[in-house]
Amino acid sequence: MTDQTDAGADSVQPAHFAFDADSEAEISRVLARYPAAKQASAVLPLLYLAQRQMGRLTGSAWVPRAAMDEIARRLGIAPIRVYEVATFYTMFQLRPVGRFHLQVCTTTPCWLRGSDEVVAACRRTAGVGGFGETSADGLFTMTEVECLGACVNAPILQVNDDFYEDLDGPRTEALLTALKRGEVPPPGSTIGRQTSAPEGGPQTLVGPALAAATPPAE
Amino acid sequence: MLSDKDRIFTNLYGLHDWRLAGARARGDWDGTAALLARGRDALIDEVKASGLRGRGGAGFPTGMKWSFMPKQSDGRPHYLVVNADESEPGTCKDRDILRHDPHKLIEGCLIAGVAMGAHVAYIYVRGEFYNEAARLQAAVDEAYDAGLIGRNACGSGWEFDVYVHRGAGAYICGEETALLESLEGKKGMPRLKPPFPAAVGLYGCPTTVNNVESIAVVPTILRRGAAWFSELGRPKNAGTKIFCISGHVNKPCNVEEELGIPLRELIERYAGGVRGGWDNLLAVIPGGSSVPVLPREICDTVLMDFDSLREVRSGLGTAAVIVMDKSTDIIKAIARLSQFYKHESCGQCTPCREGTGWLMRVMYRLVEGRAEPEEIDVLEQVTRQIEGHTICALGDAAAWPVQGLIRHFRPVIEERIAQAKTRPMPLAAE
Repeated sequence: MTDQTDAGADSVQPAHFAFDADSEAEISRVLARYPAAKQASAVLPLLYLAQRQMGRLTGSAWVPRAAMDEIARRLGIAPIRVYEVATFYTMFQLRPVGRFHLQVCTTTPCWLRGSDEVVAACRRTAGVGGFGETSADGLFTMTEVECLGACVNAPILQVNDDFYEDLDGPRTEALLTALKRGEVPPPGSTIGRQTSAPEGGPQTLVGPALAAATPPAE
Repeated sequence: MLSDKDRIFTNLYGLHDWRLAGARARGDWDGTAALLARGRDALIDEVKASGLRGRGGAGFPTGMKWSFMPKQSDGRPHYLVVNADESEPGTCKDRDILRHDPHKLIEGCLIAGVAMGAHVAYIYVRGEFYNEAARLQAAVDEAYDAGLIGRNACGSGWEFDVYVHRGAGAYICGEETALLESLEGKKGMPRLKPPFPAAVGLYGCPTTVNNVESIAVVPTILRRGAAWFSELGRPKNAGTKIFCISGHVNKPCNVEEELGIPLRELIERYAGGVRGGWDNLLAVIPGGSSVPVLPREICDTVLMDFDSLREVRSGLGTAAVIVMDKSTDIIKAIARLSQFYKHESCGQCTPCREGTGWLMRVMYRLVEGRAEPEEIDVLEQVTRQIEGHTICALGDAAAWPVQGLIRHFRPVIEERIAQAKTRPMPLAAE
């Protein structure tokens, strides 16, 4: 998998980590999903909870080493079992990241639809020099990611948990400018498409019986 | 052409309510208890008779896979694990099922669970699908609250739990044994087989791993009958399938159609045609990044099903159609896939760990033409040394796109090399 060394991060490592009340409530739900003797299954969910808590409390969603040690203690496994998992999977950040984590997909389906322009717009507008870098204001970190699984809405930029789809250079700039202003635009297609339907509206599933069905919630 | 009345995913685009009330209005959870009452053997026989083949890429008959589970428990629990780790470049169909038709998947889990003697299903959703996993969890909660799953699922007397588990950004976890390792809280490294998961799977217990789409179509197949499903599509390639059409088309989209639809019709009818017209087509990857690319001549006539695509030495894979017009640097398009496989190799087997990096480096040299013509044959030979020599199919998946490129676009590579030789050597910058 990718290199995710935490070299140079020693100075930012907090000495202690404790799950807060919000995380604890979720942990009890998580642990109930796995057999009593198989609690190690919860290592991914607990790493996520630690990362989200860091994001909530510090504005930077990453996993400090102290959090990995705490997870090992909670699950009764050796710390190395948590470290090796946290370094294997790309979604755990082992160094601090910006408030907005810009994850640009550049795999072939996105590249064919112009992901190079999305990358260029991120460099220009977010003020990051390259992949893995964080802007001077601490707002943005840009990461190159592999296929995000939304290829008919390519190119895609994932910002924290949300996908922004059907992007080009100017729309990427507009998105990042809005984030700088403190606005979070609604995720999904940036050209007003109905999810994965073709631009201009669906050609299938338009029969009267279906059209009369219940309206979408939310 | 498939008519709307024969479409299974009637909320594919999320135009309607995904919640339980909306799902019920579309026919989900209708008479589920009666379906369950048919019993284990009848359920498996019906799925076998429908001709359903797995929708995750390999196309293995779903009913037969279920029949591999032990008939009697030896005391170990049985598990159903649903593979929602949708990560094959080009593929985004399961995402629509998770977010727009989650109840089809949950009902399918219950039916499949009864058919294989499982009381627990884990749905492993790729980590990046944060919002989709949250939607699925909300639908699971609704199903518990309505008594559709839980202690006495649908009043059937069968206890059935469904748990959503998120992955964390590793393509390899789409391989079923890597997925099981990951679900156990380990690195996603594929296991040696045998033993197969049906004998020794999750937590050492009998387990079946199925793709989201394979499970989500099952309730409709049982309601409408195996004969309805098997009459759609082509012989041994039965039923409908969600196709994902991406790349250089005028209107990229997902659409559910019959297996066996001509590739050209699929692109022109649903995706607005190739950018610049059909004559501007260069090539299509017809089934996700792992399958070999097809040149335009084959695309003119090929049918979109397992066997038709195998006859032209490619594959249906996940039915993710990646279209490339004549503006495409085809070498770079494939090189980027080599980069993908290099990134995603778990590092366990030497031919894959070392081979994927080697393929990527040579492919990027070919993009610039910095190679000798003989190296094309060396590259081809190295792909053969990776293919079939690894624990899982990721090595094969890395080899096939390169093989497809050489098979159909060798003159393009040779021309690139010849062009590079005519350029003056750049002066050293140091």
